[in-house]
Amino acid sequence: MHYEAIVIGVSSGGMKAMKIMFSLLPKNFSTPIIIVQHISAHSDTQWIKLLNDESNLSIKEADEKEKIEKGNVYIAPPNYHLLIEKDKTFSLTIDERVNYARPSIDVLFESAAEAYKNKLIGIILTGSNNDGTKGMKRIQECGGLTIAQDPATAESRYMPASVIAAMQVDYVLPLNDIIALLIEITQPQAHK
Amino acid sequence: MRDIDTTELEISLLLEAVYQKYGYDFRQYSEAHIKRRIMNSRAMSGLENISQMQSKVLNDEAFASKLLQDLSITVTEMFRDPAFYRSIRENVIPVLKTYPFIKIWHAGCSTGQEAYSMAIIMQEEGLYDRTTIYATDFNQLALSHAKEGIFSNSMMKEYTTNYQLSGGKESFSGYYTSSYDNVIMNQSLKKNIVWANHNLVTDSVFAEVQLILCRNVLIYFNRNLQNKVQRLFYDSLVNGGILCLGSKESLRFTDLNEDYTEVDKKQRIYKKDY
Repeated sequence: MHYEAIVIGVSSGGMKAMKIMFSLLPKNFSTPIIIVQHISAHSDTQWIKLLNDESNLSIKEADEKEKIEKGNVYIAPPNYHLLIEKDKTFSLTIDERVNYARPSIDVLFESAAEAYKNKLIGIILTGSNNDGTKGMKRIQECGGLTIAQDPATAESRYMPASVIAAMQVDYVLPLNDIIALLIEITQPQAHK
Repeated sequence: MRDIDTTELEISLLLEAVYQKYGYDFRQYSEAHIKRRIMNSRAMSGLENISQMQSKVLNDEAFASKLLQDLSITVTEMFRDPAFYRSIRENVIPVLKTYPFIKIWHAGCSTGQEAYSMAIIMQEEGLYDRTTIYATDFNQLALSHAKEGIFSNSMMKEYTTNYQLSGGKESFSGYYTSSYDNVIMNQSLKKNIVWANHNLVTDSVFAEVQLILCRNVLIYFNRNLQNKVQRLFYDSLVNGGILCLGSKESLRFTDLNEDYTEVDKKQRIYKKDY
């Protein structure tokens, strides 16, 4: 299966989880990753810089109308919803908060599901609300692959648990195993 | 049968119906965004599909105006992005001071919070008596709300914080009068704001101004429409006039990128070249 993009939703406990994730993903990991992390509306980009310094991949804030390219990691800017268009470019909006959040995981996931159909992987990591549950359902409806962090191993269990309670998730795994799975299913050549 | 997504076809027909019957043109809005708004609107309406919405839009004016509200974004706040307003005080006010009469166009003003913010700054800088702020929007309901200048008291804490972070030195509560759950903005702020209906997609230049603020409006447009509206702004600005965009908007992808100089790159403030 040739997956074209990975969307990740993460909330409280996210910084730590993302640090681990990016330390494990190899430099040649080419499938683009798009992330919504719940953050304060007034955050600056310092945390992205810190994350970037420790990562093998290039991490940046998603820009309006930017084309999604291989080998990049994009993060939703604070106080904007991030959507993906059919032509694989980003749209930003300042629409009402969804699940008390802007950016909202559901907004990204639902638009990504429709843009990438069965070529999308959706992942829900640690978090203490239920944003992302609707989005994961939509990804599954459109034929994409769904993965949730094992709640028992998540710093905050509620968000992955909410998804698992609502649907039949394809994989429920600890973070390390999620990364191993991603490498395996997106880059089979890495194992040769 | 052709391989066309039925929902997308329905959306395109609905937008065509809205345009042909009512003149509001959403056909060049970002697709993922407009789809999300229409799907939400359909869910609220209880109608089964978008084709039913189209029929109702054409035959029921009340339904059409409700849909129009659903497609219009009215999220705004006073002194939204305080660092931007700080930059206005530091980098734009000195330019405006050089003009005997100052005309400002706030395009896409929604319910008016940012237009009042600008009025406050101009008053504090001692420039308001020679300033006219044209605050425009296509959403008549939002515009009426803006003109009344009545806002929820519950928002004032956040607005006050924004105001202080933007470099405001006065007591923010001096700019409005509280009454129960609401506040009403001072008449002295309202007096030089002209509220007018103007649609960026379909209307043209109406004044020559020294400053245009249009923040978080163009993000909803596709690139072609963005270019068209940027041309409208360019044609409305005096040489040396200032253009302010939203924190994630830029001139980078437009045809006019070479015709402006950056005043504050981070805050997306540009000056039209002479």
